[in-house]
Amino acid sequence: MTTAITPPNTIPTPTGRTSLLRRVIRRPLGAISLAFLLVVALIAVIGPLIAPYDPNLASLQLVLAQPSAEHPLGADSGGRDVLSRLLAATQISIAAALVALVTALLIGVIAGLIAGYYRGWFDNVASWFTALVMALPGIVVLLAARAVVGPSVWAAMFIFGILLAPAYFRLVYAAVSAVRSELYVDAARVSGLSDLRIISRHILSVVRAPIIIQSAIVAGIAIAIQSGLEFLGLGDMSVPTWGSMLNDGFINIYKAPLLMMWPSLAIALTSIALTLLANVMRDALERTVQVRRRRRRAVATATGSIAAVTTSIGTVTGGIGLDAEAEAEPTIRHADDERAAARAGDTILDVRDLRIGYGQDDGGTLEVVHGVSLDIRRGEVHGLIGESGSGKTQTAFAVLGLLPRGGRITGGSIDYEGVRLDTAGEREYTAIRGRRIGYIPQEPMSNLDPSFTIGSQLVEPLRVGLGLSKKDATEKALALLERVGIPDPKRTFAAYPHEVSGGMAQRVLIAGAVSTDPDLIIADEPTTALDVTVQAEVLDLLRDLQAERQMALLLVTHNFGVVADLCDRVSVMQHGLIVEHGPVRAIFGRAEHPYTRSLLGAILDEGPARAPLGGADIEQADIEDADIVKAAVVKGGAR
Amino acid sequence: MPGETVGLVGESGSGKTTLGRAVLGLAPVTGGSIRYAGREIGQLHRRERRELSSEIQVVFQDPYSSLNPALTIEQILIEPLTVRGVTSAAAKQRVATLLEQVGLPVDARSRLPREFSGGQRQRVAIARALALDPKLIVCDEPVSALDLSTQARVLDLFIEIQERTGVAYLFISHDLAVVRHVSHRVAVMYRGEIVESGDGDQVTARPEHPYTQKLFMAAPVPDPDQQEERRIARRRLMAIAAEG
Repeated sequence: MTTAITPPNTIPTPTGRTSLLRRVIRRPLGAISLAFLLVVALIAVIGPLIAPYDPNLASLQLVLAQPSAEHPLGADSGGRDVLSRLLAATQISIAAALVALVTALLIGVIAGLIAGYYRGWFDNVASWFTALVMALPGIVVLLAARAVVGPSVWAAMFIFGILLAPAYFRLVYAAVSAVRSELYVDAARVSGLSDLRIISRHILSVVRAPIIIQSAIVAGIAIAIQSGLEFLGLGDMSVPTWGSMLNDGFINIYKAPLLMMWPSLAIALTSIALTLLANVMRDALERTVQVRRRRRRAVATATGSIAAVTTSIGTVTGGIGLDAEAEAEPTIRHADDERAAARAGDTILDVRDLRIGYGQDDGGTLEVVHGVSLDIRRGEVHGLIGESGSGKTQTAFAVLGLLPRGGRITGGSIDYEGVRLDTAGEREYTAIRGRRIGYIPQEPMSNLDPSFTIGSQLVEPLRVGLGLSKKDATEKALALLERVGIPDPKRTFAAYPHEVSGGMAQRVLIAGAVSTDPDLIIADEPTTALDVTVQAEVLDLLRDLQAERQMALLLVTHNFGVVADLCDRVSVMQHGLIVEHGPVRAIFGRAEHPYTRSLLGAILDEGPARAPLGGADIEQADIEDADIVKAAVVKGGAR
Repeated sequence: MPGETVGLVGESGSGKTTLGRAVLGLAPVTGGSIRYAGREIGQLHRRERRELSSEIQVVFQDPYSSLNPALTIEQILIEPLTVRGVTSAAAKQRVATLLEQVGLPVDARSRLPREFSGGQRQRVAIARALALDPKLIVCDEPVSALDLSTQARVLDLFIEIQERTGVAYLFISHDLAVVRHVSHRVAVMYRGEIVESGDGDQVTARPEHPYTQKLFMAAPVPDPDQQEERRIARRRLMAIAAEG
């Protein structure tokens, strides 16, 4: 038997012990296991005191006696009272398991904290020892130890604790490594907290819950192993333990079959209770982790964040609440100016009174888009602008048929070149999405599959979508890469996504979006993740491609500079509604809606620069030729 | 200088964040010097570094990971105070003052970070930085994760606090407009070196170094006609650069 234990592969939320306890008790399995373990613990403490006889008192008359009034569980081969022995053995078995547990805890957790937090040489040494210990066969080590130190339960369990330590070490190490790079740990360091304080306050709280779960598992294993050793007769037979009782029962299994049942029950039930408790605790923690992850993701996408909408409008069940408001405040529409009018008439995408809702746990629907109407004309660039949570990304995703899980169109219509998209199924969408409507995402890197070359990701849609041969598709892909300004198309074609920069990756995605000659491209914050000089180049590229191919572009963004650079017409969204709409010059020059005005007012570009401070020049901080380690520069850049 | 903001502009990988972390003692310094109030702080021992914590503080970019999700706002704000040996009653008093300073309601103290929006969290981070009355705050992209209108309000808060307390800022950002708005002096970083520095107006409106010019031209102006002019000017600049 080896000591490898898979640690719970989550880094749970730093939840307080009390709330974890409460959640465990709420589950019947958790409550039963916990109650049983409490009884065992109680017996372990008071067992020898309530035992009716001395557990080692032998009586020749009672050898293998059947259960009777005086001896409810009978007596064993030495004529000793089984109940008394069982009660006394509980104490020793549990204490022995605790020795292993505490040894493993102390070594594993402390080493894990130090190695994970400080890294350096200790990390190397500790990791090396961990690997070594995990490679050792546990039982063999224990047998060897017995030969050297003699048949002591305590020594055996101490050594077993050392063998179990890697289970904690790896768990703690992983959790600490993850939390160490969190900014709040940096902030605590800047606040002048000592390392001990940072570890106890910010880091231990994160690893506490997984340690408790691990402990339940480890305790179960320790009891089983300890009983196993005693059963094999390797322990000190004068000390009553569950294992030695099992041994005795096994020898006399034909004469007194019942004798084996009591220690077996004790071992099995305790181990099962510990394992079940660990499972329940993990379930209780994982559920909260899921909720938190989902929430964080919703916030992290910044655009289209459901969470932000929730806070900005409150919960609107059924979407009735805002109808009145929606009708009371119609969209301000500016008339077309000359430039915009040139394209009037030929509408390719017509969104009418679109409503999007998310199903809630309570069965209601949270509406995030409350009736948006939008039309895009052939060959125009239409800007959809708003802050996070305004519903602009939701609207764009609805057109693409890519609403996140739980989201659906609850009203209105989407008409693209005569096809109703709001009622279209997956099959109809496959013919449209990626072929007649292209999509350029916000995060170029996360939209390329890291395990395929860039070339294969470009060629695949061309072959499937346009039915090109492999050779033609490759040629077309290379031409596209060259067109989007990639210096060495052949090399990029064969490269994997991690080998190119963010700007290059975005060019690749643009190449992919235009590869099937769509009439409409939906670009969701296409330059937000890019540096400003790269952004300028990508915007140039988008403008040139758009003019060259006469594609319409729906540009979702929060950046007014990008809007000014590219767009012909603009719709401003707030709280799931379009509040103002018109040609780009009208929006920038004659905005009427207070929200549009406040957004324009928040732009800093127009403001004056702060004047230099004159007068008293006490030199406070001065950095001179600070030459910072190269690796650190790279790390800083990656942030 | 006390009460001054020095803006540090650069693109990703330019080393601006690392420079800020070096000032904070979070990144190793391999050469050169960082002097603070006439004292060399580049190679300080951890213990000496801790003593500086009441003088130099930080506000990070990401308001989501810079606050421990398990602690309440009050616990977060009290933490640096208790290290300094401030009594619990005085610390609580201080928390109330800090929350007021950054424009958060006093009942925010018992809530967890996740109950707040990005802008509000950033206010909490500012309050934490202010807790020890520092002389210098390193602000690492403090508004780039925020919405436009929130960003403007948080920047105004930075300026207002500076005018009231005389704290100095090292303001790191990739956004020229933001840096221009808050900085008295501006330095531009490119590939690990400062290529241009000077008064805010000088550097952000009349840049001299070619990289700063490129950076300046690349930022789109929120006005369609002006942007068209800038675009043409930028393409001309690029064409010249390509020939030269």
